[in-house]
Amino acid sequence: MSTDSNSGNMIEIDREKANFHYDVEYKHDAGMGLSEDTIDYISNVKGEDKWITDFRKKALSVFHEKKMPTHWASEDLNSINFDEIRYYLSAGEAPKRSWDDVPNEMKETFERLGIPEKERKFLAGVEAQFDSEAAYSNIKDAVAEQGVIFVNSSEGLAEHADIFRKWFGKVIPTGDNKFSALNSAVFSGGSFIYVPPGVKVKHPLQAYFRINAEQFGQFERTLIIVDEGAELTYMEGCTAPKFETTTLHSAVVELVAMKDAKIQYITVQNWSANVFNLVTKRGLAHENAEVRWIDCNIGSRLTMKYPGVVMKGEGARGEVISIALANDGQHQDTGAKMIHAADNTTSNVVSKSISVGEGRSTYRGQVHIPKHLKGCKNNTECDALLINSKSRTDTYPAITVRGNKHSTQHEASVSQVSEEQIFYMKQRGLSEAEAMSLSVNGFVNDLVREFPMEYSVELKRLIELEMEGSVG
Amino acid sequence: MSTLEIKDLHASVNGTDILKGLSLSVPKGEVHAIMGPNGSGKSTLAKVMAGHQDYEVGSGDVLLDGYSLLEMDVDERARAGLFLAFQYPAEIPGVSNANFLRAARQARLPDGEEIDAVAFYQEMYEKMAKLGMDKKFTGRSVNEGFSGGEKKRNEVLQMMMLEPKYAVLDETDSGLDIDALKIVAEGVNAMRSEERGFLVITHYQRLLEYIVPDHVHVLNEGRIIRSGPKELALELEEKGYDWLKEGELVKS
Ligand SMILES: Nc1ncnc2c1ncn2[C@@H]1O[C@H](COP(=O)(O)OP(=O)(O)OP(=O)(O)O)[C@@H](O)[C@H]1O
Ligand SMILES: [Mg+2]
Repeated sequence: MSTDSNSGNMIEIDREKANFHYDVEYKHDAGMGLSEDTIDYISNVKGEDKWITDFRKKALSVFHEKKMPTHWASEDLNSINFDEIRYYLSAGEAPKRSWDDVPNEMKETFERLGIPEKERKFLAGVEAQFDSEAAYSNIKDAVAEQGVIFVNSSEGLAEHADIFRKWFGKVIPTGDNKFSALNSAVFSGGSFIYVPPGVKVKHPLQAYFRINAEQFGQFERTLIIVDEGAELTYMEGCTAPKFETTTLHSAVVELVAMKDAKIQYITVQNWSANVFNLVTKRGLAHENAEVRWIDCNIGSRLTMKYPGVVMKGEGARGEVISIALANDGQHQDTGAKMIHAADNTTSNVVSKSISVGEGRSTYRGQVHIPKHLKGCKNNTECDALLINSKSRTDTYPAITVRGNKHSTQHEASVSQVSEEQIFYMKQRGLSEAEAMSLSVNGFVNDLVREFPMEYSVELKRLIELEMEGSVG
Repeated sequence: MSTLEIKDLHASVNGTDILKGLSLSVPKGEVHAIMGPNGSGKSTLAKVMAGHQDYEVGSGDVLLDGYSLLEMDVDERARAGLFLAFQYPAEIPGVSNANFLRAARQARLPDGEEIDAVAFYQEMYEKMAKLGMDKKFTGRSVNEGFSGGEKKRNEVLQMMMLEPKYAVLDETDSGLDIDALKIVAEGVNAMRSEERGFLVITHYQRLLEYIVPDHVHVLNEGRIIRSGPKELALELEEKGYDWLKEGELVKS
């Protein structure tokens, strides 16, 4: 179903950096709608082993069996029409190791988003996914020489089947929720990373997920295994142009931190306002290992995302630091899941949400400490900032702590940027948008400091753009 | 046309008339004081000029160097050169004093031009030193947890940094101790120039000993009922306002 207009013809540009898209010739298109045929199509294009096709088909039936979670989540989920989504679109080319070999439209897309420049400046490797498949994938030689593997999920399955299969679907089983089942059925793209014992990857690896096509679903699957005593920082960025129709992004990300390993996973998403972003992310932390999720959610129509850490080994640590910004017509339903499954495990959740206009933020937390354990600690902090009275925020912290040999702390606050404050700032010459972004940046400042420098600058800029948009 | 001119201004809040035909003209280079009983409309006047959303202007005009402010949004008025030192300054959690001032200065530059950070900090530290403000205030959130006097000093710091054409000081002296009063007055006096006009709202003649006004106006029930030289302030201190209220609208 490729379009017939000129390749590389730009259809739409807006003041927002990410709001543009190209007409691209897709060689492979699974068509609209979801059935076993869709899966056969995807498996066939990818040349997958039978066990993967079977895995996918089983997942499809789980997806069909599971109800939409609208008994607790937003009714808006019902507006997703699964028959009007394309589940696989690709140009049919293997990811390139050099930007020069990447097809023009895709290369231009990533150049406009500043990816090659960032790669040169401070990244150890980049994977850039365009719709269903990576267009570019490269890891710096020095890092590859240490034995670090950084490829897309298909290549991971094909080339590193033993280790891939060992952990695939183990941290997040297919049936974890309706959308993890959907992803398990039609997944494509995403990263597979393996860091050998003792290797500390100095610079971050980065993945960039770009949705270019309309009425499309992106279902990347990421699996990261960091072996004993090794360390990795991984960053993902996500954008899509503004379309009239809804777009679906439903990823599954599984992290495995072996004994004494450290993983830091950073997300900066800036989805346009028609994207349903329904993502399942969880890490498994073995003895003395650390998994940190740093998650920044800007944009989308509805985001549902609760990164989790299962602390399986003694002394393991889990952390979720999240910023969510809900503008008019948006709902950020985010949170964290901390499962303590060994003694002396520690978890920390800091969540800050901003609701602007009619934007809505929800925090859902789950902290689970069973009775037979001792010495577990959790700290949960959720703060909400409301900009103008129509905003809405809800907090559902569920902290289940059994036994008395643990320590938990929970703090929550809601604050307002009042008209008086805005008036004061405007009287000093700031526009309403500048006043609001100053307040918002002030509110999230301590969390933004957790981001690498290059990203904190970008984050501030994103917040400014978002505020400009909100006052029209 | 180098004046801040208020012409027959009528303004109300929630349907209640507060300003009832107020006229006043502050030429550049002059300092005018406004005195008047509690509730007479002094802060209302200041906020109406600045464009506060709660107040509705019924009729009249406010002209800054000949241009009507009433057509402009709050921030445009500010950038046009109007500064208001608030009687009760708002607190802005999370936004540091330095970042706030920097953003306010940046907002006055043309698009694409960036503030010189080094020069900015140097200037800010110098002006803070003049006001006897500790450097630690740059890192604190704007006015958050500041004492009454510290807030007032901070207002004056902002005025010194933003160098407005016209500054309205609403009871900047209240809450200041005697030493601080002198320091703040010196700050204001240092800014007095042919290029700048001041409207100083106060209850106390003491401030006017330090910031000597060119004219004193008495505001009562939304109107100027008396205007005179600086000595009028002394007379008010002695006699209160009642003698004026009886013989309203007598000009000396
Ligand atoms: N937002 C408002 N809602 C209702 N009434 C208001 C509002 N703002 C001002 N007023 C009323 O308008 C009148 C004038 O108030 P204003 O604050 O201007 O007085 P003021 O002269 O500054 O007094 P003070 O010397 O006590 O500072 C008062 O009666 C006050 O209650
Ligand atoms: Mg007042």
